Amino acid sequence: MRSEAAEGRTVIVSIEGLSKSYRRGNQIIPVLQDVSFTIAEGEFLALMGPSGSGKSTLLNLIAGIDKVDTGSILVGGADITSLSEAELASWRAIHVGFIFQFYNLMPVLTAFENVELPLLLTGLGRKERREHVEMVLNVVGLADRMDHYPSQLSGGQQQRVAIARAIVTDPEILVADEPTGDLDRASAEDVLTLMDNLVHEFGKTIIMVTHDPRAAEKAHLIRHLEKGFLSQ
Amino acid sequence: MGIPYYYSFRNLWTRRLTTILTASGMALVVFVFAATLMLAEGLRRTLVETGSWDNVVVIRKSAVSEVQSGVERLQAAIVETQPEVAIGADGRPLLAKEMMVLINLPKRGSDKPANVIIRGIGPSSLALRPQVSLKEGRMPRSGSAEVIAGASIAKRFKGGGLGETLHFGMRNWTVVGVFDAGSTGFSSEIWGDADQLMQAFRRPVYSSVLFKLRDPGSFTVVKQRIESDPRLTLEAKRETRYYLDQSEAMAKFLSILGIALTVTFSLGAIIGAMITMYAAVANRIVEIGTLRALGFNKRSILGAFILESLFLGLLGGVIGLFLASFMQLITISTMNWQSFAELAFSFSMTFAIAWKSLVFSLVMGFVGGVLPAFRAARMNIVDALRSS
Ligand SMILES: Nc1ncnc2c1ncn2[C@@H]1O[C@H](COP(=O)(O)OP(=O)(O)OP(=O)(O)O)[C@@H](O)[C@H]1O
Ligand SMILES: [Mg+2]
Repeated sequence: MRSEAAEGRTVIVSIEGLSKSYRRGNQIIPVLQDVSFTIAEGEFLALMGPSGSGKSTLLNLIAGIDKVDTGSILVGGADITSLSEAELASWRAIHVGFIFQFYNLMPVLTAFENVELPLLLTGLGRKERREHVEMVLNVVGLADRMDHYPSQLSGGQQQRVAIARAIVTDPEILVADEPTGDLDRASAEDVLTLMDNLVHEFGKTIIMVTHDPRAAEKAHLIRHLEKGFLSQ
Repeated sequence: MGIPYYYSFRNLWTRRLTTILTASGMALVVFVFAATLMLAEGLRRTLVETGSWDNVVVIRKSAVSEVQSGVERLQAAIVETQPEVAIGADGRPLLAKEMMVLINLPKRGSDKPANVIIRGIGPSSLALRPQVSLKEGRMPRSGSAEVIAGASIAKRFKGGGLGETLHFGMRNWTVVGVFDAGSTGFSSEIWGDADQLMQAFRRPVYSSVLFKLRDPGSFTVVKQRIESDPRLTLEAKRETRYYLDQSEAMAKFLSILGIALTVTFSLGAIIGAMITMYAAVANRIVEIGTLRALGFNKRSILGAFILESLFLGLLGGVIGLFLASFMQLITISTMNWQSFAELAFSFSMTFAIAWKSLVFSLVMGFVGGVLPAFRAARMNIVDALRSS
């Protein structure tokens, strides 16, 4: 598995012996069991599998918003499992972009302000922030909508604003949990094309959880999770 | 940089109705808080204006007011010879040996009796009180049963008007003048010749000696000399201090009342704010999870929600203060607890009261918001994101 993903390209995510279980009352639910694989830089990876197989859990662990039980996750050479909570927060702000199924924009902020949010965690000045935001809104084709609130945008447009927010800090990896799950076919198509562009033109690495075969088709590589075990 | 302030602010705006209702609760408390302070301030102002800085009141040691005091004629004469006493234009010392009694007089209209101060005055009494001036009529002649009445007495008490007759001390007294004393306590007094009144009330002693200092800075010297003279059992106070001391009991009462009311009410308002903020957190769990995922730390989340609650408190504070400022139009008439005479004063707003009220409203906002904010900050990111 490892050789196939690497294929001469730089490895950006390297997962080794990863296990994760949840506790519900005094019952322990194993979710991921001894998962190991690597993701190459510039990869567009689709994670598939039945509901409850642990796809979101795996994605959350790679994105550094959940804690592993055992195993290690190296992103860009750094072992994120050894970071403290505060260190992880700063790490996410720089290295990870998030794309959610329901967009998760702040309803009280305009498109511009939503995209600007992650930049507030960097040392950038007001003017530079504006330049960055305008640039990424251009990339997603919504520069003319930057003063609109999420409620004034369609689902597809909201997801594109969310993608702009995910890439505005120029992170190495993007994690997307069912990014087209709430969209009609045309909007889904737009979003997938956009993600494809991010990989091809901007060299981003995308890890996408999806149930949608059309979405998986866009990806270079599909991995299946089955009851906590990774298969092809 | 953390979560921008406008995030907190706009969330309040988005749920305006809840915001207004919650802020109204706090506004009510701030209103009560500010109104009590304004009342105490109004009282203090009235009483301080009643006195002059360069006047000295001499009363019996440990007597809080003139009503409880007694100054024997011989003692008064000793005070009169102090070199610090100012001399008037007519060459006589600016000093008044006064007597004070408290009596009941019926009010106009209702006939209900209320306490009134009768003050026996000397020739210099009016000159010693620049805030008092004769408005109508003339001064009473010494040796006659004539009096002058404060404007408030003339208006509210039976027989108190110019040319009318009052009955007390087993005699009839003609009101030959009405004096104006602004908002000071003198407005509620009746003045007559000290010797006549002492006879009528069978009082052998004066109540107080009031004099003006030749040099306002010499107060400590004369105070020291009077209080250490073995023939005198007297105490000297600046007139301003004397009236302030009189207001102490009332001020204490007002502040206890104010604190009791404010604390009780503020508990309600704080719980209201807490419920609102808990609801705000519950409605925004996914947002909070998202902000955390984007890299905002717990402190940013805590800050954003506390800021929201502070805005809420501030809004309540501003509304409460705005309402309280209208209280300045109201005049209160009440008992002076020391002399038991009627005293009229109004609510008075000061800069200090305004900012104390705003700080108080911010404290309420903070206390109400801190627990919900901690709940928001401590949420597990994955759980928060899953709750969509
Ligand atoms: N915080 C949690 N507490 C308890 N159990 C959890 C928690 N998160 C996930 N699980 C359980 O872990 C298993 C895997 O969940 P996960 O969300 O990763 O599945 P998934 O593959 O993303 O499913 P879906 O396709 O429905 O989104 C499920 O059985 C789920 O109930
Ligand atoms: Mg999932």
